Amino acid sequence: MWTFFHKLASPPHFYDISARFIPWFAVLGLLLIGYGTVAGLFFAPADYQQGDAFRIIYVHVPAAYLSMMAYSIMAVSAAIGLIWRMKLAHAVAAGAAPLGAWFTFLALATGSIWGRPMWGTWWEWGDPRLTSELIMLFLYFGYMALRAAIDDTTKADKASAVLALVGAVNIPIIHFSVEWWSSLHQGPTLVREGGPAIEPAMLYPLLAMIFGFTFFFGALLLARVRTEVLSREHRARWVRNMMMGESA
Amino acid sequence: MSAANRPTLVAGLVAILRRDLLLAFKRPGDVLNPLFFFAIVSTLFPLAIGPAPEQLVAIGPGVVWVAALLAMLISMNGMFLGDFEDGSLDQLILSPQPLPLLALGKTITHWLVSGLPLVLVSPLIAVTYQMPFDTIGVMMATLSLGTISLSLLGSVGAALTVGLNRGSALLSLLVLPLAMPILIFGARTVALAASNDVVSAGIYFLAAYCVLGLSLAPFATAAALRISNE
Amino acid sequence: MTEMFAMGNYGAYVWSSFGLTAIVMLACVAQARSRQRTVYQQIETRLKAMESAE
Repeated sequence: MWTFFHKLASPPHFYDISARFIPWFAVLGLLLIGYGTVAGLFFAPADYQQGDAFRIIYVHVPAAYLSMMAYSIMAVSAAIGLIWRMKLAHAVAAGAAPLGAWFTFLALATGSIWGRPMWGTWWEWGDPRLTSELIMLFLYFGYMALRAAIDDTTKADKASAVLALVGAVNIPIIHFSVEWWSSLHQGPTLVREGGPAIEPAMLYPLLAMIFGFTFFFGALLLARVRTEVLSREHRARWVRNMMMGESA
Repeated sequence: MSAANRPTLVAGLVAILRRDLLLAFKRPGDVLNPLFFFAIVSTLFPLAIGPAPEQLVAIGPGVVWVAALLAMLISMNGMFLGDFEDGSLDQLILSPQPLPLLALGKTITHWLVSGLPLVLVSPLIAVTYQMPFDTIGVMMATLSLGTISLSLLGSVGAALTVGLNRGSALLSLLVLPLAMPILIFGARTVALAASNDVVSAGIYFLAAYCVLGLSLAPFATAAALRISNE
Repeated sequence: MTEMFAMGNYGAYVWSSFGLTAIVMLACVAQARSRQRTVYQQIETRLKAMESAE
Protein backbone atom coordinates (compact mmCIF):
# COMPACT_ATOMS: atom_id res chain seq x y z
CA MET A 1 0.00 0.00 0.00
CA TRP A 2 2.79 2.40 0.86
CA THR A 3 4.45 1.49 -2.40
CA PHE A 4 1.40 2.96 -4.10
CA PHE A 5 1.97 6.31 -2.41
CA HIS A 6 5.69 6.24 -3.01
CA LYS A 7 5.09 5.51 -6.65
CA LEU A 8 2.64 8.40 -6.81
CA ALA A 9 5.45 10.82 -6.04
CA SER A 10 7.26 9.89 -9.21
CA PRO A 11 6.04 12.00 -12.12
CA PRO A 12 5.61 9.28 -14.76
CA HIS A 13 3.72 7.05 -12.36
CA PHE A 14 1.57 9.90 -11.19
CA TYR A 15 0.84 10.77 -14.81
CA ASP A 16 -0.33 7.22 -15.52
CA ILE A 17 -2.27 6.57 -12.33
CA SER A 18 -4.06 9.91 -12.23
CA ALA A 19 -5.40 9.36 -15.74
CA ARG A 20 -7.51 6.51 -14.42
CA PHE A 21 -9.05 8.58 -11.66
CA ILE A 22 -10.11 11.57 -13.69
CA PRO A 23 -13.06 10.03 -15.56
CA TRP A 24 -14.41 8.45 -12.36
CA PHE A 25 -14.19 11.68 -10.42
CA ALA A 26 -15.75 13.62 -13.25
CA VAL A 27 -18.69 11.27 -13.72
CA LEU A 28 -19.32 10.89 -9.99
CA GLY A 29 -19.10 14.62 -9.55
CA LEU A 30 -21.51 15.40 -12.36
CA LEU A 31 -24.00 12.82 -11.15
CA LEU A 32 -23.99 14.21 -7.63
CA ILE A 33 -24.21 17.77 -8.93
CA GLY A 34 -27.07 16.75 -11.20
CA TYR A 35 -29.03 15.18 -8.35
CA GLY A 36 -28.23 18.06 -6.03
CA THR A 37 -29.29 20.68 -8.54
CA VAL A 38 -32.60 19.06 -9.42
CA ALA A 39 -33.47 18.12 -5.85
CA GLY A 40 -32.33 21.45 -4.49
CA LEU A 41 -34.10 23.59 -7.05
CA PHE A 42 -37.36 21.70 -7.37
CA PHE A 43 -37.88 19.23 -4.56
CA ALA A 44 -36.49 20.78 -1.41
CA PRO A 45 -39.16 22.74 0.48
CA ALA A 46 -38.89 26.51 0.45
CA ASP A 47 -37.35 28.12 3.51
CA TYR A 48 -39.94 29.75 5.75
CA GLN A 49 -37.85 32.90 6.18
CA GLN A 50 -36.08 33.26 2.85
CA GLY A 51 -38.54 31.57 0.50
CA ASP A 52 -37.07 30.23 -2.70
CA ALA A 53 -34.06 32.54 -2.55
CA PHE A 54 -32.40 30.18 -0.10
CA ARG A 55 -31.80 27.75 -2.98
CA ILE A 56 -28.72 29.77 -3.87
CA ILE A 57 -27.16 27.90 -0.94
CA TYR A 58 -26.79 24.92 -3.25
CA VAL A 59 -24.13 26.69 -5.29
CA HIS A 60 -22.83 29.23 -2.81
CA VAL A 61 -21.81 26.86 -0.02
CA PRO A 62 -19.94 24.37 -2.26
CA ALA A 63 -18.12 27.26 -3.95
CA ALA A 64 -17.12 28.82 -0.63
CA TYR A 65 -16.08 25.49 0.86
CA LEU A 66 -13.99 24.63 -2.17
CA SER A 67 -12.38 28.06 -2.28
CA MET A 68 -11.00 27.41 1.18
CA MET A 69 -10.18 23.77 0.55
CA ALA A 70 -8.25 24.70 -2.58
CA TYR A 71 -6.18 27.19 -0.61
CA SER A 72 -5.54 24.61 2.09
CA ILE A 73 -4.41 22.11 -0.53
CA MET A 74 -2.20 24.79 -2.04
CA ALA A 75 -0.66 25.68 1.31
CA VAL A 76 -0.13 22.08 2.43
CA SER A 77 1.42 21.09 -0.92
CA ALA A 78 3.61 24.16 -0.76
CA ALA A 79 4.81 23.15 2.70
CA ILE A 80 5.46 19.57 1.57
CA GLY A 81 7.33 20.87 -1.45
CA LEU A 82 9.47 23.18 0.66
CA ILE A 83 10.21 20.72 3.46
CA TRP A 84 10.63 17.47 1.52
CA ARG A 85 11.58 19.06 -1.81
CA MET A 86 8.96 17.07 -3.68
CA LYS A 87 8.57 18.55 -7.13
CA LEU A 88 5.16 16.98 -7.54
CA ALA A 89 3.91 18.81 -4.45
CA HIS A 90 4.85 22.11 -6.05
CA ALA A 91 3.01 21.07 -9.19
CA VAL A 92 -0.12 20.39 -7.12
CA ALA A 93 0.09 23.84 -5.54
CA ALA A 94 0.46 25.43 -8.98
CA GLY A 95 -2.52 23.50 -10.30
CA ALA A 96 -4.78 24.30 -7.37
CA ALA A 97 -4.35 28.07 -7.51
CA PRO A 98 -6.41 29.01 -10.60
CA LEU A 99 -9.21 26.65 -9.53
CA GLY A 100 -9.26 28.13 -6.06
CA ALA A 101 -9.41 31.64 -7.51
CA TRP A 102 -12.39 30.73 -9.70
CA PHE A 103 -14.28 29.20 -6.78
CA THR A 104 -13.51 32.18 -4.57
CA PHE A 105 -14.89 34.48 -7.24
CA LEU A 106 -17.96 32.26 -7.53
CA ALA A 107 -18.49 32.26 -3.77
CA LEU A 108 -18.27 36.05 -3.67
CA ALA A 109 -20.55 36.50 -6.69
CA THR A 110 -23.26 34.04 -5.63
CA GLY A 111 -23.04 35.39 -2.10
CA SER A 112 -23.52 38.90 -3.42
CA ILE A 113 -26.50 37.84 -5.55
CA TRP A 114 -28.00 36.11 -2.52
CA GLY A 115 -27.31 39.11 -0.30
CA ARG A 116 -29.18 41.55 -2.50
CA PRO A 117 -32.68 40.26 -1.75
CA MET A 118 -31.86 38.99 1.75
CA TRP A 119 -29.75 41.76 3.25
CA GLY A 120 -30.75 44.53 0.87
CA THR A 121 -27.22 45.09 -0.41
CA TRP A 122 -24.88 43.65 -3.03
CA TRP A 123 -21.90 44.10 -0.74
CA GLU A 124 -21.32 44.95 2.90
CA TRP A 125 -17.91 46.48 3.47
CA GLY A 126 -18.00 46.06 7.23
CA ASP A 127 -18.60 42.34 7.12
CA PRO A 128 -15.61 40.26 8.28
CA ARG A 129 -16.42 37.14 6.29
CA LEU A 130 -16.96 38.97 3.01
CA THR A 131 -13.79 40.98 3.56
CA SER A 132 -11.63 37.98 4.45
CA GLU A 133 -12.96 35.99 1.48
CA LEU A 134 -12.13 38.97 -0.76
CA ILE A 135 -8.66 39.07 0.77
CA MET A 136 -8.28 35.40 -0.15
CA LEU A 137 -9.14 36.19 -3.77
CA PHE A 138 -6.37 38.79 -3.79
CA LEU A 139 -4.01 36.29 -2.18
CA TYR A 140 -4.69 33.88 -5.03
CA PHE A 141 -3.97 36.64 -7.56
CA GLY A 142 -0.75 37.51 -5.76
CA TYR A 143 0.30 33.86 -5.74
CA MET A 144 -0.31 33.46 -9.46
CA ALA A 145 1.34 36.79 -10.23
CA LEU A 146 4.45 35.88 -8.26
CA ARG A 147 4.72 32.54 -10.04
CA ALA A 148 4.38 34.23 -13.39
CA ALA A 149 7.00 36.85 -12.57
CA ILE A 150 9.78 34.37 -11.78
CA ASP A 151 11.23 32.57 -14.78
CA ASP A 152 13.07 29.78 -13.05
CA THR A 153 10.55 27.08 -12.08
CA THR A 154 12.28 25.94 -8.90
CA LYS A 155 12.68 29.48 -7.65
CA ALA A 156 9.08 30.28 -8.51
CA ASP A 157 7.97 27.15 -6.67
CA LYS A 158 9.80 28.07 -3.49
CA ALA A 159 8.93 31.77 -3.49
CA SER A 160 5.23 31.16 -4.13
CA ALA A 161 5.31 28.44 -1.46
CA VAL A 162 6.48 30.97 1.13
CA LEU A 163 3.74 33.33 0.01
CA ALA A 164 1.06 30.63 0.20
CA LEU A 165 2.11 29.76 3.73
CA VAL A 166 2.14 33.40 4.87
CA GLY A 167 -1.38 33.85 3.48
CA ALA A 168 -2.64 30.64 5.08
CA VAL A 169 -3.34 32.57 8.27
CA ASN A 170 -6.40 33.93 6.46
CA ILE A 171 -8.16 30.57 6.30
CA PRO A 172 -9.09 30.20 9.98
CA ILE A 173 -10.00 33.88 9.94
CA ILE A 174 -12.55 33.33 7.18
CA HIS A 175 -13.99 30.34 8.98
CA PHE A 176 -14.19 31.83 12.45
CA SER A 177 -15.00 35.39 11.37
CA VAL A 178 -18.73 34.85 11.89
CA GLU A 179 -18.09 33.68 15.45
CA TRP A 180 -15.47 36.22 16.44
CA TRP A 181 -17.14 39.35 15.06
CA SER A 182 -20.68 40.50 14.52
CA SER A 183 -21.48 39.74 10.93
CA LEU A 184 -24.42 39.88 8.56
CA HIS A 185 -23.37 36.44 7.38
CA GLN A 186 -25.04 33.60 9.24
CA GLY A 187 -23.13 31.30 11.55
CA PRO A 188 -22.17 27.68 10.88
CA THR A 189 -25.11 25.52 9.84
CA LEU A 190 -23.48 22.18 9.16
CA VAL A 191 -20.39 21.79 11.30
CA ARG A 192 -21.60 22.76 14.72
CA GLU A 193 -22.41 21.29 18.11
CA GLY A 194 -25.66 19.40 18.03
CA GLY A 195 -25.43 18.51 14.39
CA PRO A 196 -26.66 20.27 11.28
CA ALA A 197 -29.36 22.88 11.82
CA ILE A 198 -31.12 22.16 8.59
CA GLU A 199 -33.87 19.70 7.74
CA PRO A 200 -33.01 16.52 5.80
CA ALA A 201 -34.96 17.36 2.65
CA MET A 202 -32.85 20.47 2.32
CA LEU A 203 -29.69 18.86 3.67
CA TYR A 204 -29.27 15.93 1.31
CA PRO A 205 -29.15 17.97 -1.90
CA LEU A 206 -26.68 20.28 -0.19
CA LEU A 207 -24.40 17.42 0.80
CA ALA A 208 -24.70 16.03 -2.71
CA MET A 209 -23.64 19.37 -4.16
CA ILE A 210 -20.72 19.69 -1.74
CA PHE A 211 -19.43 16.21 -2.53
CA GLY A 212 -20.24 16.57 -6.22
CA PHE A 213 -18.30 19.79 -6.53
CA THR A 214 -15.44 18.27 -4.56
CA PHE A 215 -15.17 15.37 -7.01
CA PHE A 216 -15.44 17.78 -9.91
CA PHE A 217 -12.68 19.89 -8.35
CA GLY A 218 -10.62 16.73 -7.83
CA ALA A 219 -10.92 15.77 -11.48
CA LEU A 220 -9.94 19.26 -12.62
CA LEU A 221 -7.05 19.40 -10.17
CA LEU A 222 -5.66 16.07 -11.36
CA ALA A 223 -5.98 17.23 -14.96
CA ARG A 224 -4.16 20.48 -14.25
CA VAL A 225 -1.43 18.76 -12.24
CA ARG A 226 -0.89 16.29 -15.08
CA THR A 227 -0.43 19.14 -17.50
CA GLU A 228 1.89 20.85 -15.04
CA VAL A 229 3.96 17.68 -14.66
CA LEU A 230 4.19 17.29 -18.43
CA SER A 231 5.32 20.88 -18.80
CA ARG A 232 8.01 20.55 -16.13
CA GLU A 233 9.30 17.17 -17.22
CA HIS A 234 9.26 17.94 -20.92
CA ARG A 235 12.91 16.98 -21.30
CA ALA A 236 12.52 13.59 -19.64
CA ARG A 237 12.75 10.35 -21.54
CA TRP A 238 9.40 9.09 -20.30
CA VAL A 239 7.69 12.10 -21.81
CA ARG A 240 9.43 11.56 -25.10
CA ASN A 241 8.51 7.89 -25.18
CA MET A 242 4.93 8.62 -24.29
CA MET A 243 4.52 11.33 -26.92
CA MET A 244 6.18 9.26 -29.63
CA GLY A 245 4.15 6.25 -28.60
CA GLU A 246 1.00 8.27 -28.99
CA SER A 247 1.82 9.63 -32.38
CA ALA A 248 2.87 6.18 -33.58
CA MET B 1 37.16 32.39 17.06
CA SER B 2 37.45 31.97 20.80
CA ALA B 3 34.38 32.27 22.98
CA ALA B 4 35.40 35.78 23.93
CA ASN B 5 35.54 36.92 20.31
CA ARG B 6 32.46 35.19 18.94
CA PRO B 7 29.90 37.83 18.03
CA THR B 8 26.74 37.73 20.10
CA LEU B 9 23.23 38.03 18.72
CA VAL B 10 22.89 41.50 20.17
CA ALA B 11 26.16 42.56 18.59
CA GLY B 12 24.92 41.30 15.22
CA LEU B 13 21.64 43.15 15.55
CA VAL B 14 23.33 46.37 16.61
CA ALA B 15 25.79 46.07 13.75
CA ILE B 16 23.12 45.80 11.10
CA LEU B 17 21.06 48.57 12.68
CA ARG B 18 24.06 50.89 12.69
CA ARG B 19 24.96 50.05 9.11
CA ASP B 20 21.50 50.54 7.71
CA LEU B 21 20.80 53.70 9.68
CA LEU B 22 24.09 55.13 8.48
CA LEU B 23 23.18 54.27 4.90
CA ALA B 24 19.77 55.83 5.35
CA PHE B 25 21.33 59.01 6.72
CA LYS B 26 23.36 59.36 3.58
CA ARG B 27 20.22 59.08 1.49
CA PRO B 28 17.72 61.48 3.00
CA GLY B 29 15.41 60.75 0.09
CA ASP B 30 14.59 57.45 1.75
CA VAL B 31 13.03 59.31 4.67
CA LEU B 32 11.67 62.31 2.87
CA ASN B 33 10.07 60.78 -0.21
CA PRO B 34 7.52 58.63 1.62
CA LEU B 35 6.88 61.55 3.98
CA PHE B 36 6.16 63.98 1.16
CA PHE B 37 4.03 61.36 -0.52
CA PHE B 38 2.06 60.94 2.71
CA ALA B 39 1.48 64.66 2.98
CA ILE B 40 0.58 65.15 -0.67
CA VAL B 41 -1.83 62.22 -0.83
CA SER B 42 -3.59 63.55 2.25
CA THR B 43 -4.22 66.84 0.50
CA LEU B 44 -5.70 65.15 -2.55
CA PHE B 45 -8.91 64.13 -0.83
CA PRO B 46 -10.22 67.55 0.22
CA LEU B 47 -9.26 68.79 -3.23
CA ALA B 48 -11.24 66.06 -4.90
CA ILE B 49 -14.17 65.66 -2.55
CA GLY B 50 -14.59 69.23 -1.34
CA PRO B 51 -13.60 70.92 1.92
CA ALA B 52 -16.89 70.74 3.84
CA PRO B 53 -15.81 70.37 7.50
CA GLU B 54 -18.29 67.66 8.47
CA GLN B 55 -17.10 65.61 5.53
CA LEU B 56 -13.46 66.11 6.50
CA VAL B 57 -14.13 65.00 10.04
CA ALA B 58 -15.82 61.90 8.73
CA ILE B 59 -13.11 60.89 6.27
CA GLY B 60 -10.09 62.06 8.28
CA PRO B 61 -9.17 58.78 9.99
CA GLY B 62 -9.54 56.81 6.79
CA VAL B 63 -7.56 59.24 4.68
CA VAL B 64 -4.65 59.42 7.10
CA TRP B 65 -4.52 55.67 7.28
CA VAL B 66 -4.75 55.05 3.54
CA ALA B 67 -2.09 57.68 2.91
CA ALA B 68 0.18 56.08 5.50
CA LEU B 69 -0.37 52.64 3.98
CA LEU B 70 0.45 53.87 0.49
CA ALA B 71 3.52 55.75 1.72
CA MET B 72 4.78 52.58 3.43
CA LEU B 73 4.15 50.61 0.25
CA ILE B 74 6.34 52.81 -1.88
CA SER B 75 9.13 52.64 0.66
CA MET B 76 9.11 48.85 0.96
CA ASN B 77 10.57 48.20 -2.43
CA GLY B 78 13.98 49.50 -1.46
CA MET B 79 14.35 47.40 1.67
CA PHE B 80 16.65 44.81 0.18
CA LEU B 81 17.22 46.22 -3.28
CA GLY B 82 20.43 48.07 -2.48
CA ASP B 83 22.00 45.05 -0.86
CA PHE B 84 20.85 42.77 -3.64
CA GLU B 85 22.37 44.97 -6.31
CA ASP B 86 25.78 45.43 -4.79
CA GLY B 87 26.19 41.90 -3.49
CA SER B 88 25.91 42.66 0.22
CA LEU B 89 22.92 40.34 0.37
CA ASP B 90 25.24 37.41 -0.33
CA GLN B 91 27.36 38.47 2.62
CA LEU B 92 24.35 38.81 4.89
CA ILE B 93 23.13 35.35 3.96
CA LEU B 94 26.55 33.84 4.50
CA SER B 95 27.23 35.60 7.77
CA PRO B 96 27.46 33.59 11.02
CA GLN B 97 24.57 35.58 12.45
CA PRO B 98 21.15 34.00 11.96
CA LEU B 99 19.53 35.47 8.87
CA PRO B 100 16.16 36.06 10.59
CA LEU B 101 17.95 38.29 13.09
CA LEU B 102 19.54 40.32 10.32
CA ALA B 103 16.19 40.49 8.51
CA LEU B 104 14.61 41.78 11.71
CA GLY B 105 17.36 44.37 11.98
CA LYS B 106 16.70 45.64 8.48
CA THR B 107 12.97 45.71 9.18
CA ILE B 108 13.52 47.77 12.33
CA THR B 109 15.61 50.22 10.35
CA HIS B 110 12.95 50.41 7.68
CA TRP B 111 10.37 51.30 10.28
CA LEU B 112 12.61 53.89 11.93
CA VAL B 113 13.31 55.50 8.58
CA SER B 114 9.96 55.17 6.84
CA GLY B 115 7.31 54.40 9.45
CA LEU B 116 8.17 56.47 12.49
CA PRO B 117 8.37 59.77 10.55
CA LEU B 118 4.84 59.15 9.30
CA VAL B 119 3.60 58.68 12.84
CA LEU B 120 5.32 61.88 13.94
CA VAL B 121 3.97 63.95 11.05
CA SER B 122 0.44 62.54 11.21
CA PRO B 123 -0.86 65.02 13.80
CA LEU B 124 -0.23 67.86 11.35
CA ILE B 125 -2.35 66.09 8.74
CA ALA B 126 -4.97 65.17 11.33
CA VAL B 127 -5.40 68.77 12.37
CA THR B 128 -6.22 69.80 8.81
CA TYR B 129 -8.99 67.20 8.94
CA GLN B 130 -10.46 68.78 12.07
CA MET B 131 -9.56 65.80 14.20
CA PRO B 132 -10.01 66.41 17.95
CA PHE B 133 -6.87 66.17 20.11
CA ASP B 134 -7.61 63.00 22.06
CA THR B 135 -8.45 61.24 18.82
CA ILE B 136 -5.06 62.27 17.52
CA GLY B 137 -3.50 60.35 20.40
CA VAL B 138 -5.37 57.19 19.45
CA MET B 139 -4.46 57.80 15.82
CA MET B 140 -0.77 57.94 16.62
CA ALA B 141 -1.03 54.77 18.69
CA THR B 142 -2.76 52.88 15.88
CA LEU B 143 -0.33 54.25 13.32
CA SER B 144 2.66 53.20 15.41
CA LEU B 145 1.44 49.63 15.76
CA GLY B 146 0.20 49.57 12.19
CA THR B 147 3.36 50.84 10.57
CA ILE B 148 5.45 48.32 12.52
CA SER B 149 3.19 45.53 11.25
CA LEU B 150 3.44 46.96 7.74
CA SER B 151 7.23 47.02 7.90
CA LEU B 152 7.23 43.40 8.98
CA LEU B 153 4.74 42.39 6.30
CA GLY B 154 6.61 44.45 3.76
CA SER B 155 9.88 42.75 4.57
CA VAL B 156 8.41 39.40 3.51
CA GLY B 157 7.02 40.86 0.30
CA ALA B 158 10.21 42.78 -0.45
CA ALA B 159 12.30 39.65 0.11
CA LEU B 160 10.10 37.67 -2.28
CA THR B 161 10.26 40.24 -5.05
CA VAL B 162 13.77 41.66 -4.76
CA GLY B 163 15.49 41.56 -8.11
CA LEU B 164 12.37 40.93 -10.15
CA ASN B 165 11.42 43.11 -13.11
CA ARG B 166 8.62 45.49 -12.08
CA GLY B 167 8.98 44.06 -8.61
CA SER B 168 7.35 47.06 -6.98
CA ALA B 169 3.94 46.55 -8.60
CA LEU B 170 4.02 42.89 -7.67
CA LEU B 171 5.12 43.84 -4.16
CA SER B 172 2.00 45.95 -3.68
CA LEU B 173 -0.18 43.10 -4.92
CA LEU B 174 1.43 40.72 -2.45
CA VAL B 175 1.40 43.01 0.57
CA LEU B 176 -2.01 44.68 0.26
CA PRO B 177 -4.28 41.68 0.92
CA LEU B 178 -2.69 40.98 4.28
CA ALA B 179 -2.41 44.71 5.00
CA MET B 180 -6.16 45.16 4.71
CA PRO B 181 -6.94 43.99 8.26
CA ILE B 182 -4.36 46.46 9.60
CA LEU B 183 -6.00 49.25 7.64
CA ILE B 184 -9.50 48.23 8.69
CA PHE B 185 -8.75 48.04 12.39
CA GLY B 186 -6.46 51.06 12.36
CA ALA B 187 -8.83 53.45 10.62
CA ARG B 188 -12.00 52.18 12.30
CA THR B 189 -10.44 52.43 15.76
CA VAL B 190 -9.59 56.07 15.13
CA ALA B 191 -13.14 56.65 13.92
CA LEU B 192 -14.45 55.02 17.08
CA ALA B 193 -12.23 57.28 19.15
CA ALA B 194 -13.65 60.29 17.35
CA SER B 195 -17.13 59.25 18.42
CA ASN B 196 -15.94 58.55 21.97
CA ASP B 197 -16.41 54.82 21.65
CA VAL B 198 -14.34 52.01 23.14
CA VAL B 199 -11.02 51.69 21.33
CA SER B 200 -9.34 48.91 23.29
CA ALA B 201 -10.50 46.12 20.97
CA GLY B 202 -8.89 47.71 17.95
CA ILE B 203 -5.67 48.50 19.78
CA TYR B 204 -5.46 44.92 21.03
CA PHE B 205 -5.98 43.59 17.53
CA LEU B 206 -3.27 45.83 16.10
CA ALA B 207 -0.93 44.85 18.91
CA ALA B 208 -1.67 41.17 18.31
CA TYR B 209 -0.97 41.53 14.58
CA CYS B 210 2.26 43.29 15.47
CA VAL B 211 3.37 40.54 17.82
CA LEU B 212 2.41 37.85 15.30
CA GLY B 213 4.45 39.66 12.70
CA LEU B 214 7.43 40.05 14.99
CA SER B 215 7.46 36.34 15.76
CA LEU B 216 6.95 35.02 12.25
CA ALA B 217 7.95 37.59 9.66
CA PRO B 218 11.74 37.45 10.22
CA PHE B 219 11.75 33.73 9.47
CA ALA B 220 9.60 34.08 6.39
CA THR B 221 11.75 36.98 5.22
CA ALA B 222 14.94 34.99 5.76
CA ALA B 223 13.56 32.04 3.78
CA ALA B 224 12.43 34.38 1.01
CA LEU B 225 15.83 36.11 0.89
CA ARG B 226 17.63 32.81 0.43
CA ILE B 227 15.22 31.85 -2.34
CA SER B 228 15.44 35.18 -4.14
CA ASN B 229 19.19 35.33 -3.95
CA GLU B 230 19.90 32.01 -5.63
CA MET C 1 -44.18 25.48 -14.87
CA THR C 2 -43.88 29.25 -14.61
CA GLU C 3 -43.98 29.11 -10.81
CA MET C 4 -41.07 26.71 -11.01
CA PHE C 5 -39.03 29.27 -12.92
CA ALA C 6 -40.31 32.25 -10.98
CA MET C 7 -38.97 30.82 -7.72
CA GLY C 8 -41.35 33.03 -5.77
CA ASN C 9 -40.17 36.37 -7.21
CA TYR C 10 -36.55 35.46 -6.58
CA GLY C 11 -36.18 33.81 -9.96
CA ALA C 12 -33.66 36.28 -11.32
CA TYR C 13 -31.38 35.80 -8.34
CA VAL C 14 -31.59 32.02 -8.15
CA TRP C 15 -31.19 31.40 -11.86
CA SER C 16 -28.38 33.88 -12.31
CA SER C 17 -26.49 32.20 -9.46
CA PHE C 18 -26.90 28.75 -10.98
CA GLY C 19 -26.15 30.11 -14.42
CA LEU C 20 -22.98 31.82 -13.22
CA THR C 21 -21.93 28.58 -11.53
CA ALA C 22 -22.41 26.64 -14.75
CA ILE C 23 -20.40 29.23 -16.68
CA VAL C 24 -17.55 29.14 -14.17
CA MET C 25 -17.48 25.34 -14.24
CA LEU C 26 -17.26 25.38 -18.01
CA ALA C 27 -14.60 28.07 -17.89
CA CYS C 28 -12.50 25.91 -15.55
CA VAL C 29 -12.77 22.94 -17.87
CA ALA C 30 -12.03 25.06 -20.92
CA GLN C 31 -9.02 26.65 -19.25
CA ALA C 32 -7.60 23.28 -18.21
CA ARG C 33 -8.09 21.89 -21.72
CA SER C 34 -6.54 24.89 -23.41
CA ARG C 35 -3.50 24.74 -21.17
CA GLN C 36 -3.09 21.03 -21.86
CA ARG C 37 -3.34 21.61 -25.58
CA THR C 38 -0.69 24.33 -25.43
CA VAL C 39 1.73 22.17 -23.48
CA TYR C 40 1.18 19.21 -25.79
CA GLN C 41 1.84 21.35 -28.84
CA GLN C 42 4.98 22.82 -27.33
CA ILE C 43 6.37 19.37 -26.56
CA GLU C 44 5.47 18.03 -29.99
CA THR C 45 7.18 20.94 -31.69
CA ARG C 46 10.28 20.36 -29.62
CA LEU C 47 10.28 16.65 -30.38
CA LYS C 48 9.93 17.25 -34.09
CA ALA C 49 12.80 19.74 -33.99
CA MET C 50 14.93 17.17 -32.18
CA GLU C 51 14.06 14.44 -34.65
CA SER C 52 14.90 16.53 -37.67
CA ALA C 53 18.15 17.57 -36.02
CA GLU C 54 19.24 13.98 -35.51
